[in-house]
Amino acid sequence: MPDGRTDNPQLIALQTYLNGLDKDEGSLIVALQRAQELIGYLSEDAIFMVGQTLNIPVSKVYGVVTFYSFFRTRPRGKYDIKVCLGTACFVRKSPAILNELATLLQMEVGTTREDLKYSLNTVRCLGACGSAPIVQVNDDLYANVQVSDVAGIIRRYLD
Amino acid sequence: MSEAVKSQTAPVAEAAETLTVTINGQAVKARPGQTILEVAKENGYHIPTLCHFDLANLRYVNEVASCRICMVEDRKRGRLYPACATPVSDGMDIQTNSLRVIRNRRNVLELILSDHPFDCLVCWKNGDCELQALASEVGLREIRVKGERHQVNVDTSSLSFIRDSSKCILCKRCVTMCSQVQSVNVYSAVGRGFNSVISTAFDLPMIDTNCTFCGQCLSVCPTGALAEVSNIDKVWAALTSGKHVVVQTAPAVRVALGEAFGMPPGSNVTGRMVTALKQMGFNEVFDTNFAADLTIMEEATELVHRIEHGGRLPILTSCCPGWVKFFEHQFSDMLDVPSSSKSPHEMFGSVIKTYFAERQGLKPEDIIVVSVMPCVAKKFESARPELMNEGVSDVDIVITTRELARMIQEISLDLENLEDTPFDDPFGESTGAAAIFGSSGGVIEAALRTAYEIMTGDKLEDVNFTPLRGLEGSKEATVSINGAPIRIGVASGLGNARKMIESIRSGEQVYHAIEIMACPGGCIAGGGQPYHFGNMELIKKRMEAIYAIDDNAEVRKSHENTAVQRLYREYLGEPYGQKAKELLHTTYTPRRKF
Ligand code: SF4
Ligand code: SF4
Repeated sequence: MPDGRTDNPQLIALQTYLNGLDKDEGSLIVALQRAQELIGYLSEDAIFMVGQTLNIPVSKVYGVVTFYSFFRTRPRGKYDIKVCLGTACFVRKSPAILNELATLLQMEVGTTREDLKYSLNTVRCLGACGSAPIVQVNDDLYANVQVSDVAGIIRRYLD
Repeated sequence: MSEAVKSQTAPVAEAAETLTVTINGQAVKARPGQTILEVAKENGYHIPTLCHFDLANLRYVNEVASCRICMVEDRKRGRLYPACATPVSDGMDIQTNSLRVIRNRRNVLELILSDHPFDCLVCWKNGDCELQALASEVGLREIRVKGERHQVNVDTSSLSFIRDSSKCILCKRCVTMCSQVQSVNVYSAVGRGFNSVISTAFDLPMIDTNCTFCGQCLSVCPTGALAEVSNIDKVWAALTSGKHVVVQTAPAVRVALGEAFGMPPGSNVTGRMVTALKQMGFNEVFDTNFAADLTIMEEATELVHRIEHGGRLPILTSCCPGWVKFFEHQFSDMLDVPSSSKSPHEMFGSVIKTYFAERQGLKPEDIIVVSVMPCVAKKFESARPELMNEGVSDVDIVITTRELARMIQEISLDLENLEDTPFDDPFGESTGAAAIFGSSGGVIEAALRTAYEIMTGDKLEDVNFTPLRGLEGSKEATVSINGAPIRIGVASGLGNARKMIESIRSGEQVYHAIEIMACPGGCIAGGGQPYHFGNMELIKKRMEAIYAIDDNAEVRKSHENTAVQRLYREYLGEPYGQKAKELLHTTYTPRRKF
């Protein structure tokens, strides 16, 4: 998409949004936030579009994207796993659960695995403190999770 | 961003504005706005630095103050400050060598080295590394800090140069060079904290970026994080392959090679270099300057053709592959503007694999053409599919001036004391016009000498177009030919080139011909030359040596090169004619803008 032409509706929406911004570095962060809202993550095409429309070198835009943990350069995985680190879950050892998930899935927290199968993130309170600790996989909620349960949970999401 | 380009207009020192600063107990005068480092240097106090780099005439100053090696003590405030980035103030009391300063410097260096590979002995930068030199200067003998190490991650994708981020010390000199001077913006700091590295957009391998391979980033890299792809082994293998191996040397190599052997900058070692190449066993040692004359025949004829036939103007020179790749990315809508002439060494390769091969009764695939160039972009260039003829590349192997120096050292020759040998016939003959190709402005000056005589039919009495000479980034001159003004532009450094091309695109400026070189100052300061370590005087000396060759040449116009004339007579036909276009011209490829 070197010339900025695209049929992708999300990118078209992004282009329209970018056209209304001041063409300078001051607009960069809001532009990236909007791009991530629209597309779900910051694709190469989106980063190119932001850089070229705002007249900022693409390498620099990428540098900014990788600096803030808020920005994602991969879409969410097929299985979006969230571990609650709210106070109730935390005291009931959810960090150990998080570690176990990262180890078994061989990935880092806060990322999407390269095969796009899993995303592993933390959340602050899912509002189910009575059943802490809580793990959420897409729409499935797991309550009172123990470290020894983790392997079993993962086994349901292998395909 | 913290990289900055210093304005060329230094604040004018007025008497009332003079400051007094004490350095190591001695009161000295300073001007407002000067850094501690500048004042210390002016007064003969040495402060070790690492990330700092100052090429003031290129408007390049790396002042990120990231390495903290130059910390000195402000005794009044009782604190340490980075000398390179701290402006002096009146009454400051600076100590550059107190125990505290020395200890701090040592600690900082140990921290840097705790995350640096210890393979100095086999590192390509061994002997030229500023980090190594600093460790020696500071007298470091042990590293007490044990810390996490960055993984070795070597990018060899580009054919021109290697990036090894495990040797990177995050000084950002390359970022400053590529962004501020070259306006190419390949690099950026990527990631955060310990994981922060200098990388490319999307961490792409260099070959997939918009890098021009000009090599200016590696000519300022203090460590072995950036280095040319070495083709030395390929050349040794070629020399023992039983094939016919021909070598050619570019105009800028002969005035810089001597530096690698401790000779004074600006030494012209042409004859001694030929002797060394002969001793290595090349079948023929030819002069790229011959091909530079050939390039002028083509480019000047193309220019005259465009002027007389209402063709697209201005014509842009095309002998610099860094510049060629730059405009393919940045001005892909203007690919019909540059001259279609190949660069001189590529023209040469093409002539060797056709005319020369036929005369010698050799098959093109049994000839290996090696180019010795001041340039790393030419390594990438020689592999371009546009520069192949039936699957055979015009040029097979490109080595830099630095690599040639290493090869001469490998076979233990003492370059300085070698005899002179002339280049081989028939491609040893060249004119003064070809010699000046190595310096910014030289190609267009050479083209003018020829275009003038083609257009007027008169003899050009004074061949010197001095306004086009010198190390300034942008130059221009108007020359009257047949009573009509011909406007010439010259830019070196890609940031200057961008400005000039944008000015013609917007219609703000009108030129008939523009010469562009990717490297600031031209090939004499090319990415493959012996390291200058920020010493611009050295570049100036190389330039003077180039113009001296021209001055002393008996023939100073390319069209008077008798070997070139014979080549057209016997083989090519008319300049810019059918056969010449087939062999000596090329096409360009639009590329993505980053
Ligand atoms: S070779 Fe030139 S264009 Fe490429 S990264 Fe280095 S300075 Fe930039
Ligand atoms: S100016 Fe010379 S050395 Fe630099 S990239 Fe161009 S041809 Fe190579």
